[in-house]
Amino acid sequence: MRSANRRARRLLVPLVSVLLGFAGPACSVDAQGMKLVHSQRSLYRDVLVYETRNVRCMCFTRECRVGRQSCMDLEKPDRIVMNYPQMMLAALYAKPAPSSVLIVGLGGGTIPRALKQIVPNVRIDVVEIDPAVVDVAKRHFGFVEDAQVRTIEADGRVFVKRALREGRRYDLVMLDAFDHEYIPEHLLTREFLAEVKGLLAPNGILAANTFSSSRLYDHESVTYAAVFPTFFNLKKDNRVIIASNGPLPSAEQLQSNSKRFEEAFRRFGFSASGMLPLFKTKPDWDRDARVLTDQYSPANLLNLGR
Amino acid sequence: MHTVLTYLIAGWSGFFVMAVELLGGRMLAPTFGSSIYVWGAIITVFMLALSIGYLAGGRWSTHDPTVRRLGTILIAAALSVMPMLAVGVRLLDAIAAAIPDPRFGSLLASAALFFVPTLFSGMVSPYAVRLLVQDRATSGRHAGQLYFVSTFGSAAGTLATSFYLVLLMEVNTILLSLLSISLVLGGIALTVRKRC
Repeated sequence: MRSANRRARRLLVPLVSVLLGFAGPACSVDAQGMKLVHSQRSLYRDVLVYETRNVRCMCFTRECRVGRQSCMDLEKPDRIVMNYPQMMLAALYAKPAPSSVLIVGLGGGTIPRALKQIVPNVRIDVVEIDPAVVDVAKRHFGFVEDAQVRTIEADGRVFVKRALREGRRYDLVMLDAFDHEYIPEHLLTREFLAEVKGLLAPNGILAANTFSSSRLYDHESVTYAAVFPTFFNLKKDNRVIIASNGPLPSAEQLQSNSKRFEEAFRRFGFSASGMLPLFKTKPDWDRDARVLTDQYSPANLLNLGR
Repeated sequence: MHTVLTYLIAGWSGFFVMAVELLGGRMLAPTFGSSIYVWGAIITVFMLALSIGYLAGGRWSTHDPTVRRLGTILIAAALSVMPMLAVGVRLLDAIAAAIPDPRFGSLLASAALFFVPTLFSGMVSPYAVRLLVQDRATSGRHAGQLYFVSTFGSAAGTLATSFYLVLLMEVNTILLSLLSISLVLGGIALTVRKRC
């Protein structure tokens, strides 16, 4: 009875917010004590903002426990709540002072906000396909556009191709466009990664937030390996791949660079040196898996399996 | 024989259209993304081409209709898929460079690649109706059966392509297989002698 009631409310909340208008505020508490504080419809999905005690999260589905896109500590907004942005920022050990950064996929804007704080004068281009995400990031997650940070509303692949044609280069490219339940398949192919590599300045670094389970793991790994022969494979809940358009930095370089961020990362709530053991290069995947290409890209079907 | 072949061609043509449509989304995604408007562009072009194909097929069926000619339509649809294989990516990138807005870029690209094969495919159904109908009394039944076979084929083509074929083969391999089946079926129709 209670669960039927909850289900009814779950259905009712979006319905009511639709009836109220595209951005009607709604309130509802579900079993985990997560309160829906904002819901915004877009061309692609509902962008939902949930709060539980002092943490606010952006979600694209009602199953907010597993599908959190981005979270923020309301009392300590500098703290980085989730694991994967911490691993993404560890890419700075390989490129401590990037002057230009491209981020594909905004979420709540945790990564650009952190980068701006720790890398003075960095210029950041954020490509986000969904204007509603940009809007919610600004209104609820303290994301600001300014002279240093600009957002471009576009599909990641379309932007990358255009930037290549214009001859643009970035010191650091961060791919963060995957959802736990849907992968834009054209952003997980050998051709796309080759285009991204073409956007990297010499010795530029790619950091990609991806998956770490299902048989897609093998396919994803060999696809990255087809373009970047060796890469760091950081795993902790999520998987973050850090690759270079040039030789990978040595363990000593990583360690000495990490020291520069010890204090900043402590402010974000994690230890810089604590990330070092995650930098592993040993392949732990089936190297005979089929490489994903524009011609063969059933990433979501592969992600269903086993 | 004529009747079976006519239904077979109509069913296969339905399968073919939806398979090509889904693969069209795959082909456009690397250049234009996979946003809802890219699918909108593709579906618009398919619907438009089908609608004109229905008109053209109906018209052509008034001039000495035969199963052989139905086979010719199927072969024409298959052959007009070939530009996708030959110049697909280059054409798409050239269009994207010329038209920055991915909505209109994908609309033009869809028109360039998919309009002609879909138009030919649209001709199949009304032409087949003409071949099947004997008299006014049973015309509705024949048309209904034809729609059934053709739309059932479309459903099968959609499911097979999106659930299984893309997991097994490359896009171009699937297209080549579809094209070959069309050529074989059309070829069989060409060998059929005219019914007196």
